[in-house]
Amino acid sequence: MQQVTETQAVDFQKQIDELKKKVSMLEGMNQDQLSIAVVSGDFDKVLAAMVISLGAAAMDMEVKLFFSFWSLAALRDPKKKAHGKNFVSKMFGIMLPKGKDKLKLSNMNMGGMGPKMIKSIMKKHGVLSLEEMFKQAGEFGIEITICEMSMDLMGIKKEELIDYPNLRFAGAVTFAGDAGESSAQLFI
Amino acid sequence: MTQEELLTIKADTSVDARGTSCPGPLLAAKKAIGTIEKGQIMEVLSADEGTRNDIPKWCNKKGFECLGTVEESGFYKIYLKK
Repeated sequence: MQQVTETQAVDFQKQIDELKKKVSMLEGMNQDQLSIAVVSGDFDKVLAAMVISLGAAAMDMEVKLFFSFWSLAALRDPKKKAHGKNFVSKMFGIMLPKGKDKLKLSNMNMGGMGPKMIKSIMKKHGVLSLEEMFKQAGEFGIEITICEMSMDLMGIKKEELIDYPNLRFAGAVTFAGDAGESSAQLFI
Repeated sequence: MTQEELLTIKADTSVDARGTSCPGPLLAAKKAIGTIEKGQIMEVLSADEGTRNDIPKWCNKKGFECLGTVEESGFYKIYLKK
């Protein structure tokens, strides 16, 4: 048997401690989490984001959605009104789809015919509607973060957004932070 | 498990998700799994072919045992043990 000297033992202990520290750091880095930056406001793309999110949530992953730019139109509540907007914001408000039911298809929109057709096919195949998917997402605790800067750009105000249980407002740093801790990141 | 063995299984609970498409069946399965005990068997009925591949992946992750799939006319019966 080889004799282990005291200095060697101390050295080993040091190395083990260092490794433990590194492992715990790595564990903290990659959580079982999915982060999606939802930028597109097309019906098909928002749908894809929601289907993937629900699938991941069913797999017990934490899901964090970051809505920015065109996708904000999907979060508008058609029944709500915001006051005190300037002229440009008002114009934007008129031109942007009012809510997830009014989104366009990225292809074959055909003046609104496309989304109608897709929705009827989805119903026939038993695919949840976007409305139901958002409801499910809320029940699963999927977090939606809204980009404040985009809200200012698009002239969208907080009071005209949908009622969603885990809604928060933040900026790019929040997404970068969440994405950094996630094991999967998507940009849609 | 072989097809013959699967056919003899008596499930403790059954989830009929034939009316829904992806990810509906998985969501239904996730809801139902909470109602059974460890060691009990659940069957998921789905008309969506993707579910056949999704359920084993889900089982794998959650530590359930996926026993196999029986193909019926127009739908699948997927068995798993919690």
